[in-house]
Amino acid sequence: MSLLRTQNMTIRFGGVVAVKDLNLRLEKGEIIGLIGPNGAGKTTAFNMVSGVYKPTEGKIFLNEGDITGQKPNNITKLGIARTFQNIRLFKDLTVLDNVIIANHLRLKSNWISSVLRTSNYVSQENEMEERSLDLLEKVGLLDVKDEKAYSLPYGKQRRLEIARALATKPQILLLDEPAAGMNPQESDELMQFVGRIRDEFDLSVLMIEHHMQVVMGICDRIYVLEYGINIAEGTPKEIQSNQKVIDAYLGVE
Amino acid sequence: MNALRTMNHDRRNQILTALAIVLVAVLLVIANMTLSKYHLRLLNLGGIYVILSLSMILINGFVGLFSLGHAGFMAIGAYTCALLTMEPAEKAVNFYLKPIVPWLGEMHMGFLPAMLIGGILAAIIGFLIGWPVLRLNDDYLAIATLGFAEIIRIVLTNLQTITNGSLGLKGLPKMEIDVFGLLPESMHGILVLNLSACIWIAVIITILFFVRLIRGSYGKAFKAIREDEIAAEAMGIDVFHHKLLAFVIASFFAGIGGALLGNIMQTIDPLMFRFLMTYNVVLIVVIGGIGSLTGGVLAAIIVTIFMELLRFLDASWMLGPVQVPGTAGVRMVVFSIILMVMVIFKPQGIMGRREFSWDWFLSIPTQIKEFSLNRSKKEASADSKKGCE
Repeated sequence: MSLLRTQNMTIRFGGVVAVKDLNLRLEKGEIIGLIGPNGAGKTTAFNMVSGVYKPTEGKIFLNEGDITGQKPNNITKLGIARTFQNIRLFKDLTVLDNVIIANHLRLKSNWISSVLRTSNYVSQENEMEERSLDLLEKVGLLDVKDEKAYSLPYGKQRRLEIARALATKPQILLLDEPAAGMNPQESDELMQFVGRIRDEFDLSVLMIEHHMQVVMGICDRIYVLEYGINIAEGTPKEIQSNQKVIDAYLGVE
Repeated sequence: MNALRTMNHDRRNQILTALAIVLVAVLLVIANMTLSKYHLRLLNLGGIYVILSLSMILINGFVGLFSLGHAGFMAIGAYTCALLTMEPAEKAVNFYLKPIVPWLGEMHMGFLPAMLIGGILAAIIGFLIGWPVLRLNDDYLAIATLGFAEIIRIVLTNLQTITNGSLGLKGLPKMEIDVFGLLPESMHGILVLNLSACIWIAVIITILFFVRLIRGSYGKAFKAIREDEIAAEAMGIDVFHHKLLAFVIASFFAGIGGALLGNIMQTIDPLMFRFLMTYNVVLIVVIGGIGSLTGGVLAAIIVTIFMELLRFLDASWMLGPVQVPGTAGVRMVVFSIILMVMVIFKPQGIMGRREFSWDWFLSIPTQIKEFSLNRSKKEASADSKKGCE
């Protein structure tokens, strides 16, 4: 039984087929890479899994339960959290608040008890804050907890976005080009970080990356997309020597 | 240890807040005894604008929606409260064109339930309007809410047998709430709150309500929606549900504000609730700083006072040797100019998104000390430079 599975996932925008018959499979504890040239449909595939788009055809299964076409907030509740290619933090709020907000979906009190500050609500709120502080410590952002999110340097913003996704208590983490705009050393550190949180939080990771080198070191398996079609899948080694992939990346004469 | 310290810290803030409320209450009692009727009315009007501006800040400042429907919800609150509290005989006098529908004509109740029903009715209408229009964003939402507010006003104008149409309602009873009204007869009249007391108790409850709502988890979720709707949704926040919730809460408080406003005016008619009413609240909210409860409270009181102080502009006045003829509405022109200047030079308003906090308040002495220390240091360094030369 796969943790996450897509079955012939297809989406059309008008006449354009952005993703066609994609069959992804993510097992528990795996780190899977989704690579491909610009415009191959990687982010579109992500948006379908996370509920932003509804697939035109095909189905998505989480623990063999059908989650096709669910709203994004429900998908997060079910345990799939994501980050964005162009960082989307709550910019004007503090680092701590960014993470606390990601706990809101598990809040069991209604708004009236939050105004009355019932003891049940207050204890939940305290727990949310403690959990968030704990999480910030684990990702190394505790010292900047009171800074506004926009004031963080780029690398820390990426880290905060991952921490925020972790705060929703996911089973699966979807990372959309986490190493975009980073130099080789920074992206190397980030990949180590991803490996560490996978073990620490008992996660499975599905990651989009543009640069093949970045994902080679960390991914268990890799899917390669080109023009919305899955042209190859396999271990990093297999992918590296796959002629179709080399052609897609380098072009054919 | 840390938990203990934060607990004491919270406790200290609670005590300070309680003390501040007592202080305000004492000041209000003194004001009630010493101020003239005119000044007292001004104070009450300021209080009502506090309620209205906080309710608008919730939607426009914290959830980041652009809603302009306030006047409509105020009208619902004002009419409901007025019709439920007027004596049947008084209503019969008012409805001379067409008689009032019998069931409403005979209905009569105390101020507290009437005001709450007004708020709840406004909230229900807010829910019904919010359900379709909150799917819109930005300018489209502003247009839709503005339109709905106007629809409410037109409906009120045309429900002749319920609202008395464009004739309006006159002779609304003066608000007073008998605190022990529900207890046995012998307790009645021991503590009766007059209009000012009712308004300011409502103001304090409203402020506490909004401060707690905004500081809590729901308030943070509202801010998250303002900052980035897509990210908020990806964090598991049901964006539509939260928008609707904020809209309904704001409608409720707009209804309460409308009920109180009708009460101090003692006369209401549909023309009172034109867009100009919403505009007044927008003005306050922009001056105070969209996204700050503190700013909303400060601006409501400041703007109300200034509106009155500038009243001389509407009368004829002397500009040097030139006699300027009195024109009604000149002060609104002046206020609009102030608003424009504000938007151009200080778009974040008085407070921006900052809030009052006890930590800030208690650190004022140290801030002043540091400020003067820095200044003397600067002077000293300037002196030493001079010395070198």
